[in-house]
Amino acid sequence: MTTTHPTNTSTRAGTLGTNAYRPDGVAKVQGGFAFSSDMWSENMLWGATLRSPHPYAKIISIDDSAALAIDGVECVVTAQDVPGNPYYGLIMSDQPVFAAIGDTVRYCGEPIAAVAADHPETCKRALAAIKVVYEILTPVTNPQDCVSGIAPQIHPQGNVYRHQRIITGDQSIVGDVIVEGTYEIGMQDQAFLGLESALAIPDSGGEGLELYVATQWLHEDRKQIAACLNIPEDKIRLVLGGVGGAFGAREDISLQVHTCLLALKSGRPVRISYGREESFYGHVHRHPATIWMRHHADRNGKILKIESTMLFDGGAYCSTSPAVLINAITHTQGPYKCDTASVEGWAVRTNNPPCGAMRGFGVVQACFAHESQMEKLSVALGLSPVEIRLRNVMETGDRLITGQIMDSVAPVEQCIRETDAIAMPEPLLPNADIRQIPGGTGLTAQPGNIVRGVGWGVSMKNLMYSEGFDDYSTARCRMTDGVVSLKFATSEVGQGFTMLAQQIARTILGVNEVLLDTIDTQVGSAGSTSASRQTWMSGGAVKAACEKVLEDLFDHAALTFELSRDHVRIEETDIVDILSGRRIAVSEASKGVNLDRTEEYHHPPTEDLDENGQGNCHVAFAFVAHRAVVDVDVELGLVKVVQIATAQDVGRILNPISVQGQVEGGIAQGLGLAVMEEIIVKDGKVRNPSFTDYLLPTFLDAPLVEMVLIEEFEPKSPLGAKGVGEPPCISVTPAIANAIRNATGRELPRVPIRPYDICL
Amino acid sequence: MVEVNLHGRQPQTVISLRHVEELHEWSYRQTQQTVTIGSAVPYSVMETGKIAELVPALAQAARTVGSPQIRAAGTLGGNLGTCSPAGDSLPVLSALNAVIHLIGPQGTRDVAWGEFMLGVKKNALGSGEFVHSITVPVIQGWQGYAKVGTRNAMVIATASACLVRDTEEGLISIALGSVGPTIIRCSQAEKWLRKTNSLRAGAQINADLAVEFGRRVSDEATPIDDHRSTAAYRRHCVAILAQRLLVRSLA
Amino acid sequence: MSAQELGNEIYTLRVNGQSHPVQDAWIGESLLYVLRERLGLPGAKGACEQGECGSCTVVMDSQAVCSCLVMAAAAVDTEILTVEGLGENGSLTDIQQAFLAAGGVQCGFCTPGFIVAVHHLLDSNPEPSEDQIRESLSGNICRCTGYGRILEAVKIVISKRDAS
Repeated sequence: MTTTHPTNTSTRAGTLGTNAYRPDGVAKVQGGFAFSSDMWSENMLWGATLRSPHPYAKIISIDDSAALAIDGVECVVTAQDVPGNPYYGLIMSDQPVFAAIGDTVRYCGEPIAAVAADHPETCKRALAAIKVVYEILTPVTNPQDCVSGIAPQIHPQGNVYRHQRIITGDQSIVGDVIVEGTYEIGMQDQAFLGLESALAIPDSGGEGLELYVATQWLHEDRKQIAACLNIPEDKIRLVLGGVGGAFGAREDISLQVHTCLLALKSGRPVRISYGREESFYGHVHRHPATIWMRHHADRNGKILKIESTMLFDGGAYCSTSPAVLINAITHTQGPYKCDTASVEGWAVRTNNPPCGAMRGFGVVQACFAHESQMEKLSVALGLSPVEIRLRNVMETGDRLITGQIMDSVAPVEQCIRETDAIAMPEPLLPNADIRQIPGGTGLTAQPGNIVRGVGWGVSMKNLMYSEGFDDYSTARCRMTDGVVSLKFATSEVGQGFTMLAQQIARTILGVNEVLLDTIDTQVGSAGSTSASRQTWMSGGAVKAACEKVLEDLFDHAALTFELSRDHVRIEETDIVDILSGRRIAVSEASKGVNLDRTEEYHHPPTEDLDENGQGNCHVAFAFVAHRAVVDVDVELGLVKVVQIATAQDVGRILNPISVQGQVEGGIAQGLGLAVMEEIIVKDGKVRNPSFTDYLLPTFLDAPLVEMVLIEEFEPKSPLGAKGVGEPPCISVTPAIANAIRNATGRELPRVPIRPYDICL
Repeated sequence: MVEVNLHGRQPQTVISLRHVEELHEWSYRQTQQTVTIGSAVPYSVMETGKIAELVPALAQAARTVGSPQIRAAGTLGGNLGTCSPAGDSLPVLSALNAVIHLIGPQGTRDVAWGEFMLGVKKNALGSGEFVHSITVPVIQGWQGYAKVGTRNAMVIATASACLVRDTEEGLISIALGSVGPTIIRCSQAEKWLRKTNSLRAGAQINADLAVEFGRRVSDEATPIDDHRSTAAYRRHCVAILAQRLLVRSLA
Repeated sequence: MSAQELGNEIYTLRVNGQSHPVQDAWIGESLLYVLRERLGLPGAKGACEQGECGSCTVVMDSQAVCSCLVMAAAAVDTEILTVEGLGENGSLTDIQQAFLAAGGVQCGFCTPGFIVAVHHLLDSNPEPSEDQIRESLSGNICRCTGYGRILEAVKIVISKRDAS
């Protein structure tokens, strides 16, 4: 890893810019960290969920008497046990807590009932004993049928989640060179390792409860749970159970309401922990999409106009489909200048599995299409992949196709040039170890069977929430007799926010020890750990709270130690009066002092898109370039990604190893989408809900990653940093696809690229 | 255990064979030129060392079974008991004409590979019988295994093949995995290859012959479409694997 | 079919050098379940229930295995080592330290399985090549790190052990 600027101005351990140690690190390497699936309570019952085996069917009857007769079964809950709103949802309240008698199930795996019992095996047997009679209906599985209107309406709120167009510029323009293609992106799963799990503990009075849950957004969960339970929000306390990865899959409600219902009905603590198969049914996935794109360019390669239609299959319930669609269509141009565009996007309801947030949030799909198009432009114009991109790079001040002015730092050209400057990997040697060859220890190939290819992908990603959402985060900072503690509801899902929060407090307040309070709903909302937003948003809130406490400390110190109030500042762990040169240790100045501040950080407001897709809908953007080198066994269609070179626009680097980990991890997920990861759905049913058949990249699939971090302070960001989580997984997918195209000469219009796409 | 974890199997009684030592041992009989492997010998033992020298194709297949953790626990007894067409070791047992030694309430009996696997997850084990050990010959000549999967480790075979060239007998045998309800022994292709006389010691093989051999091997496969792959790709894979293995065997 | 009626197996497991009695267990319980839910050793994690992720890796009689695939009652008379048994008196092993220093821990769910697998690897092969490291750890899935920082951690341990 290299960076374009020195990253660290402070040498004090654990401050901003250093590789601080994670506060949860020791517990995690020792196995003592309490993930939500490790939660346990005295007298606890196990919960489990009965799910529909049909993608679309009317429920005629549910008979739970045989289940209740099983010794050890405590209770069963169904739709009729839901006291409040029978539906939930992030954007549209359209998803039933349980499918009710007389209503329909709309996807295979939809919850119908839940049981609580004294052993997981008892739960399994109880589920098998519940008799549900269905009237099987013909599922709507082709999203195009919802656009054309020929599909029957499968939900009272209709089959279209959102239809939005973007029209800008002179539509009569025709380019000297025109390339087009129709691209498909398969359904990817977030596949976090730490399965869904929650423990609900009812209050002794029976009025409220406490829920320990692995989630991305405690307050939003609480809001939806309270509505379903018909209990005031202040009677429900959510505590973050240890989260084993998220990647978007924990933004929606899954088992939260079910667990609470079982706990309230049984009056005992209940834990539900999904298995892997249930997890595939229990959370939303990345939207499969079909995208048609046509680029017009002049003979020098300048993009003149882009036309596109995008169709996103949202599956049975809305989740975040409308927002995903908006992200996709507003990123049609990618990180390139473009004045004229005509884009039409649809997100529709089908009887396929529900889809929603996953790392990259709509931009992954759009980027696969626009970078595939850039490859075609490069070939059509006889320009190198680097040159065609350099001739179109976006810059700060450019006008986007939505009319919004790019006011983020936009070092697109630098990303491309720095990536291009990274050395290529060694060629595959004739005596290469078998593990370096596609097919590996399967011994399918020898080096002579292998063709190498190189491909590029460059992307732009919006940061934070868009379209007028009042997005904010809250943090509380206390300094009590020199001890600093922070409280926030920010979900730590593995990204390292808890470490960053400590770094911020150490840096601002000049202390070394920073305590972290429990992450729960006893403080204001932090918003979701998604959209690359927590470093900016919750980082901004922690910074603001710490700065307020610092001001209070300065007030106190100025009085107590007769310092010039207007001339004091923190240097390392001292308060320094720069007029007199006097230094007072923070530990000394804070003795006997109690300071307590809670602050909210709001990002600048954004706007909705108008009917022509015009409006300042996004807050900020980050950019990245990827160059992939792949080895392909062309006859068998097997691929090994050899190297990913990348340069990423990260703003100020707050923790170098953390950034490196985000970049490498994102690349592995983008690699997965490129060559192996897909939930296969046929006739509305998931065919591969297991890690045997849903393949994730292993250690032997992970490429060598060579990275340059482009460090340029982002003035709009509270800490100068940009979110780094999403960009790494976006353009690496088309970079790998373009490399395979380069090696094979095939068009390969869909990802994941399957072996038979390459060789048959 | 997967059956219990995921598929509702409810065991009532379990008999542990952990302490039955003979199932955990393997032996080489020099006079008969055979290797006999206890049904509880883990794959990790077969991957390296003497056993890998004697039966290299089995070592190659063993190395592709699941993950290192699976190979430390997984056994030939397990592959034979399950009898999935994707069982990694099974094409090797087929190509080597292994003999399976069974033991049960009625005593012991030997079953030739050809009579052991009867269909997808169906085998000749009678009620109360289990696999005691497996005997394979030590072959003079080349043997090799290859397996196609969609990632570079820990993957179920999309298609696999084992080719054995017995230079003493002047025979080539080839068996395929994951392309039919059982492991497929390609006797027609084997016969055709014998007729071409290309297996004489020192014979050169031309590329066209290898391609034709691959084509004939794939004709004997009866693959299906499923969520892991397509019949057409599986058929294509075994053609390429047969072709490559044949070339390697004569290199 | 209450927990009592499911089964009443009684056996003893040897875990981290200590004998742990197990009572009233169902015969179908995996070693992973018994370690986590009966013996209070939650370090091994479950993420796939079929040996495809390595999160539940423990060492059994000197072999790294997936505890989700071991029937607990069949693990009687074996020596089992879990992540909780590493490091003396709560101290970190060099491997655990290297995971922290190299950034090999993010969400941490795969971490205990990886830590056990790396201990087992370096016990049996103190100086593995990069290819050997990758193959030996290919049964442990990490979804967060992309493996780069984990590879770095293993390399740090090897070079530090070399130097001493």
